[in-house]
Amino acid sequence: MTFINYASKEINCKIVYYGPGLGGKTTNLQYIYNKTAPDAKGKMISLATEADRTLFFDFLPLDLGTIRGFTTRFHLYTVPGQVFYDASRKLILKGVDGVVFVADSQRERMEANIESIRNLESNLKEHGLDLKTIPYALQFNKRDLPTSMPVDELYRTLNFKREPTFEAVAPQGVGVFDTLKAVAKLILIELRKR
Amino acid sequence: MPSANFVVYEDEFRQLEDALRRLRQEANAKAVFLIDKNGQQIASTGEIEQFDTTSLASLTAGNVAATDGLAKLIGEREFSVLFHEGQQDHIHISIVGRRAILLVIFDDRSSLGLVRLRVKRASGDMERIFDTMAKKGEAAESSGEASPFSEITEEDIDALFSE
Repeated sequence: MTFINYASKEINCKIVYYGPGLGGKTTNLQYIYNKTAPDAKGKMISLATEADRTLFFDFLPLDLGTIRGFTTRFHLYTVPGQVFYDASRKLILKGVDGVVFVADSQRERMEANIESIRNLESNLKEHGLDLKTIPYALQFNKRDLPTSMPVDELYRTLNFKREPTFEAVAPQGVGVFDTLKAVAKLILIELRKR
Repeated sequence: MPSANFVVYEDEFRQLEDALRRLRQEANAKAVFLIDKNGQQIASTGEIEQFDTTSLASLTAGNVAATDGLAKLIGEREFSVLFHEGQQDHIHISIVGRRAILLVIFDDRSSLGLVRLRVKRASGDMERIFDTMAKKGEAAESSGEASPFSEITEEDIDALFSE
């Protein structure tokens, strides 16, 4: 649900990074945070466990500039990927405008990827949203690992609506901004329709 | 399909700001924020420059969402008020009109009782403003009024990312 303020001339959109645990969602946000000019970003907040695993969410506000005279802000959130944090994942999806799915390219994480997409679909449904129509981008992360699966195999299994898909190595920033841009673009196109 | 947008128009924005200012004064509070349940700040007043308002909005919404989840787990519809007591500053959080959150930061110049009392009155005013806003939004939608974003071009979007 995009928040439009005509008085302050602002559009605020919410993007959620979803995916299995240890897939690189937080790393995506950290890279974006590190590479964004100070005046275009707010503080990054990570609610994490002592072992540095996401407990509730990471949050990063980004200011992308103006469109039709309106300041365009994107609020980036990650969800905790571990299976047992499902209640928290559901809460974070509230009011989402677009989703990035960060898949782990390693073969042994394939089951976890599939389970996480199913979980995303059912949690979106609880908010009255449909994965088939919501602005959505797919990222194959960890492409640098020797255990990563071939891209075409990942694509055949995980891509289901020809959503924009990117190969990534999040700690080095490969594919990180391309993924963000793709989902942001889809959100703005959606805004045009309404 | 994403749910409908949450639109705040200028008139109602000013009215909300007035209501916040009144509340801040009457409750003797340091700062008052009105936040959308999804974590976006709608309006604020008071000594706000000392706070990271964007983070405050997002964490407050997370806090309310988690507490709502707890309420449902024990069979309650919601916990409509949250209170966090600090050594110097305290936070009073309440739900307004089902879709917004009112956050009041106060210190020992005020008291929990006074804040609760004033928040109750201000909430009624704000709910009425939200109702007007919702009706305005519905009217704009049904009249087929073009939004300023209906003419966003690919170039507009690309320009956003080239800056």
